[in-house]
Amino acid sequence: MPDRPPVPPVLALHRVSKSFGAVRALHEVSLELFAGEAHALAGENGAGKSTLVKILSGLHRPDAGRILLDGEPAEFHGPADAQRAGVAVIYQEPTLFPDLSVTENIFMGRQPRARFGRIDRPAARRRAAALFAGLGVQLDPDQPARGLSIADQQLVEIAKALSRDARVLIMDEPTAALSGNEVARLFGVVEALRARGCAVLFVSHRLEEIFELCRRVTTLRDGAFVSGDLIADMTPDDLVRRMVGREPEALFPKLDTVPGQVALAVRRLTREGVFTDVSFEVRAGEVVALAGLVGAGRSEVARAVFGVDRPDAGRVEVGGRRLRPASPSAAMAAGLALVPEDRRQQGLIMDLSIERNIALAGLPAVRRGPLISRAAERARAHDWAVRLRLKFARLADPVGVLSGGNQQKVVLAKWLARKPSVLIVDEPTRGIDVGTKAEVHRLLSELAAGGVAVLMISSELPEVLGMADRVLVMHEGRLVADIPRAEATEESVMAAATGRGAA
Amino acid sequence: MPREAAGGAAAPRDPAGRLIRRWEGLILVLLVTVTLWASAGVDGFANASNVSFLLLDTTEIALMALTMTLVVVAAEIDLSVASTLGLSCAVLGWLWNAGLAIELIMPICLLTGALCGAVNGVLVTRLGLPSLAVTIGTFALYRGLAYVILGDQAVADLPPAYTGLATQTFGPVPLATVLVAVLAALAATVLHATGLGRSIFALGANEEAAHFAGVRVKRIKFWLFVASGACAALASLVYTFRYASARADNGVGLELAVVAAVLLGGVSIFGGRGTLPGVLMAVLLLGVVRNALILADVANEVLNFVTGLLLVASVLAPNLGAIRRRRHLPTPSEGKSVP
Repeated sequence: MPDRPPVPPVLALHRVSKSFGAVRALHEVSLELFAGEAHALAGENGAGKSTLVKILSGLHRPDAGRILLDGEPAEFHGPADAQRAGVAVIYQEPTLFPDLSVTENIFMGRQPRARFGRIDRPAARRRAAALFAGLGVQLDPDQPARGLSIADQQLVEIAKALSRDARVLIMDEPTAALSGNEVARLFGVVEALRARGCAVLFVSHRLEEIFELCRRVTTLRDGAFVSGDLIADMTPDDLVRRMVGREPEALFPKLDTVPGQVALAVRRLTREGVFTDVSFEVRAGEVVALAGLVGAGRSEVARAVFGVDRPDAGRVEVGGRRLRPASPSAAMAAGLALVPEDRRQQGLIMDLSIERNIALAGLPAVRRGPLISRAAERARAHDWAVRLRLKFARLADPVGVLSGGNQQKVVLAKWLARKPSVLIVDEPTRGIDVGTKAEVHRLLSELAAGGVAVLMISSELPEVLGMADRVLVMHEGRLVADIPRAEATEESVMAAATGRGAA
Repeated sequence: MPREAAGGAAAPRDPAGRLIRRWEGLILVLLVTVTLWASAGVDGFANASNVSFLLLDTTEIALMALTMTLVVVAAEIDLSVASTLGLSCAVLGWLWNAGLAIELIMPICLLTGALCGAVNGVLVTRLGLPSLAVTIGTFALYRGLAYVILGDQAVADLPPAYTGLATQTFGPVPLATVLVAVLAALAATVLHATGLGRSIFALGANEEAAHFAGVRVKRIKFWLFVASGACAALASLVYTFRYASARADNGVGLELAVVAAVLLGGVSIFGGRGTLPGVLMAVLLLGVVRNALILADVANEVLNFVTGLLLVASVLAPNLGAIRRRRHLPTPSEGKSVP
């Protein structure tokens, strides 16, 4: 089997790097896409897959390295350049004009013209029908886009790309929202595209899909290029090893604790279409990690447990008492705290001062009679600011002026000041620097040692393996594994998270 | 004047906050200046009876502006207040004609107003509709209902005990102004010194984060609309007794004056920012301008023009600062952070 076809790749990246501020998103990554081949892009959350896709589609410009088009250096100054070069991206959830027909969506902005500049509707319709026939799918060109399934919307996007003579199709996790039959149909379409000579870049978390569909795979880890392989030469386990590939770092000072009573019990919790039949317990003094891929439903479970969203079925018990559903205030009264995923949008009110943000979750505690005591409010904020070593100028400053790590400390202070018995933290160290990260880990560990039940959602495997007494793994809305600390490895967690069952 | 304020706002580190703080200062300076100018240059302005009339004339706007301030800080709006006032007037006239005691009618009116607010509140919080659309709808609905109830008749034979009370004054200060002062103190305390007030600011600035912090967003919004309706009904009682006339078209167009005062007072139309003292000063400022222009025999059209100008300026000025910042700092979030 020849490793390299004689023609140059249609589109290639050569030692491309990209940083955002101090964060290195991609470092010297190379990738070659050949005509008539499906190529997989694999890697954990945050490995740099999205950044790479955005560079290929012209949304980001690389800091260093080259983009090669048919072997010739090319520069994409914007998405329009990439489109002109024949690169099209099919996103997980396409954005069509819902009130226009399928045909109108395909030819938006480039409608075939009849005399006097009128749109030639019959011609457009014929061409749309021909495109679908070529892909081997049945879709009514006159149907409005509203009401199409996500799978059908993707097909419309693919047809749109082909109508522009796209030679490279990038599919960014196209199967994440599709059912089994729809995936099979999409694979048929990808085959048809390959047969037409298109190069397909397929980004997916599902290993079995990569092995079924693709000829080559490029693996990224922490923004760096790991390897480019022929699928035929490797096993799924090889791929997982390339994706995770590191030893757990000694950054995570988890203290040993003896678990106490069950503090949080989640029983058969379901939110239709989001997660199904999720049951687990967290004991006092335990740190339980909730692992899984992005979109597996972890944050959604946390939101439902805390009452931000209303579950369709199931219940939550805190300290043995059933919680009123869909009420954050009831959850808080029962001793629950949630440090949410998106601190700018969910965790903090950016215009409000540090002290008012911290007090917001504990207004009754800073009340004297019917009025708020500013002194009590400041004391509460100051107490926790010092304990968490918050770097600030004045507590009356808006929280928006702080750095990301310090903002996260304010969110933690806001909730820890309530002295919760159950603390849920969702991506507690996302986007914060290494030093603050270690502080947060030590804090969580100390809280657990002090008898708090900690449920930690994290996409960083080293953090999960370093901190957790137990690892719960979610895959596509279901809890698929409960792995004790001793058996939790990067491989066992990733295997469960990618749906291959606990190894 | 607004342009100056916006121009200076680009420099400081916390431009929006400073502008807001300075904005209230600006309104105060404007209020004092206009008052002094009117006292010196407009015949008949600076005497006890005119001051008394001026204060009395702003009563209804002030009453409705109190709750409107809370509603707008919560990032909602209630455009149906003047129609609620009209409906309450119509109910009063209708029940009075039917022979009910006025002491019984007044609480019924307040209840009517509260009910109108509750309907707005349910539509906004339970059905998740935008309050702008909902209250434009009920703006027409409540006014229409007022005409259905009372037609085009004017009920004028109201008890003198109450009509007299509405125009009663202590020195130059009308009794109604005392009522406004008491309720304003209450509203200012709620907004600026209680947990509820903190929650209103929080949910106005970021509803999602407030929800995550356990703030009962929907419940608070619902009761704000109820309070807004009740306050409009209270204003309707003052209005009816003051003019000794209950008509379905009482207070037509007042909602614009109320919203103008709230925005001119420095409350952000996007919610989360503003102070009650600022709004009260803006109510007075608009009242003084109006009163002085009427005394100076300026045509009514010019009057509306001036009010409109002040309103546009008040909405534009804080945003001029934001537009400037956006141009100079393409990524404000990164530019602002202090490591």
